[in-house]
Amino acid sequence: MSLKIIFSGFGGQGVLMMGYVLAVAGMKEDKHVTFLPAYGAEVRGGTANCTVVVSDEEIASPIASSPEFVVAMNYPSMIKYQNMVKSGGTMFLNSDLITEVPAREDINVIKVPANTLAHEMGSDRSLNMVMLGAVREITDIVSGKSISLAIETVLEGKKQKLVDMNQKAVTVGVDFILGSK
Amino acid sequence: MSGKTLMRGTHVLGEAAIRAGCRAYFGYPITPQNELPEYMASKFAKMDDAVFVQAESEIASINMVIGAAAAGARAMTSSSSPGISLKQEGISYLAAMELPAVIVNMMRGGPGLGNIAPAQGDYFQATRGGGHGDYRVITLAPAYGQEIADMARQAFDLADHYKTPVMILGDGMMGQMMEPVEFPDPVDLATLPRKEWIVNGSKGRASRTILSLWLDPPKEEELNWRLARKYEMISEDIPDQEMYLTDDAEFVIVAYGTAARIAKGAVHRVRESGMKVGLYRPKTLWPYPSKALKGLCEHVREFLVFEMSMGQMVEDVRLAIEGQRKVSFYGRPGGVVSTPEEVAAILSSAYNSKTN
Repeated sequence: MSLKIIFSGFGGQGVLMMGYVLAVAGMKEDKHVTFLPAYGAEVRGGTANCTVVVSDEEIASPIASSPEFVVAMNYPSMIKYQNMVKSGGTMFLNSDLITEVPAREDINVIKVPANTLAHEMGSDRSLNMVMLGAVREITDIVSGKSISLAIETVLEGKKQKLVDMNQKAVTVGVDFILGSK
Repeated sequence: MSGKTLMRGTHVLGEAAIRAGCRAYFGYPITPQNELPEYMASKFAKMDDAVFVQAESEIASINMVIGAAAAGARAMTSSSSPGISLKQEGISYLAAMELPAVIVNMMRGGPGLGNIAPAQGDYFQATRGGGHGDYRVITLAPAYGQEIADMARQAFDLADHYKTPVMILGDGMMGQMMEPVEFPDPVDLATLPRKEWIVNGSKGRASRTILSLWLDPPKEEELNWRLARKYEMISEDIPDQEMYLTDDAEFVIVAYGTAARIAKGAVHRVRESGMKVGLYRPKTLWPYPSKALKGLCEHVREFLVFEMSMGQMVEDVRLAIEGQRKVSFYGRPGGVVSTPEEVAAILSSAYNSKTN
């Protein structure tokens, strides 16, 4: 098994953090992982994206030309990546900021109101972990426990409250998927 | 849980260098390797016995490396393609003065200012010396996060052992990408062999000099002979490579660094359709692991070289094969990174055109 996933959005949405947590979670399960942040002549408020590969075998390329999964946190991200998703793959949309759907019928679309869910749980900034929870529940790339442990690793040295908040946000995302099934 | 951490290549290099005993870092910023000086600065700030300087230029930083190496420190500098060009004069001096040092080049698209995307256009520069004069630089080419850590340690050991500059040749992607890495324990500096040639004050002993100027031609010739003997020894001792599925291969793709990862993915795909292909990945670019490559001619009918350039290492492959087999080339220059699918298509069509 080798799964590639692109996380995309605008700077400040925690897009890189999403990918980083997923990659650390994969590492904790002793899988092969790569995390490739986009780098270039970036601008403040511009787009941010990263590619994560989680695999049972050695990973050849950390770049995904046709990823199984794409997470679009804003509209430009959906436009940029909608044609790259592998046929039969899944696109996750932050439905609070994206009202349209990709012009394709061969991919699955999962709409998650990440901003709203994060706001309702009392932490607007946690929208990334809400989305990651949804991604985890649909893709099953790593276990929920690994995600939880990964958050502890990534936020090591930070306040426990922050760790709890992020872990709770993941649960909110998971519950949203379970509730909409 | 294992002792692995997920780190980007530049940070891996920095951490491994510090654990290898690096206590002097000098550099000047350039993308895509800025996270390396950033890491060294943050770590060295908390260490009493280490020095970090962001110099006023690349040229200044390589000359600071010369000074630190002459004083006995394990010293390092890093840059990316255009910046490495500026360091060449200093690297030539390091070779002439027989000073150990580690130089990191995270290659980007060129020539000229080029761009900041991963490329492999500096192979000639790295393996042919790069600067003026008759010298060579040991060149190590990692392809994986773990290998970056391992080679950083190896680079400092080789530099000290042979008293010569060593280059770690990576690319922009390797520097940015994060992979799980396990680090070796830090070196105890007190256990390293004493350097009986350094210039650190001559109180109580005869004074020493370290020169790169020999006005008398026979003296300069003597230095060149000594260097040549050293390079011969290095060429015997350290060539290294990875051979992947080459035992029964009829057709072998040769690639290094990031290109080799892509090539391995291609080999994997092409094998699935029953074609007997393998990968030869040099881990040392100079000295080039020619012997093992030539040995493959016994059962390999043809070679394909894949580089993220218009073809530089392909010359070393041809030198190694000595005309015994056909060597073809496929390259994507300028910072374009091929997919394994693309290289698989090239590989399988090359394989089939041979067998038909």
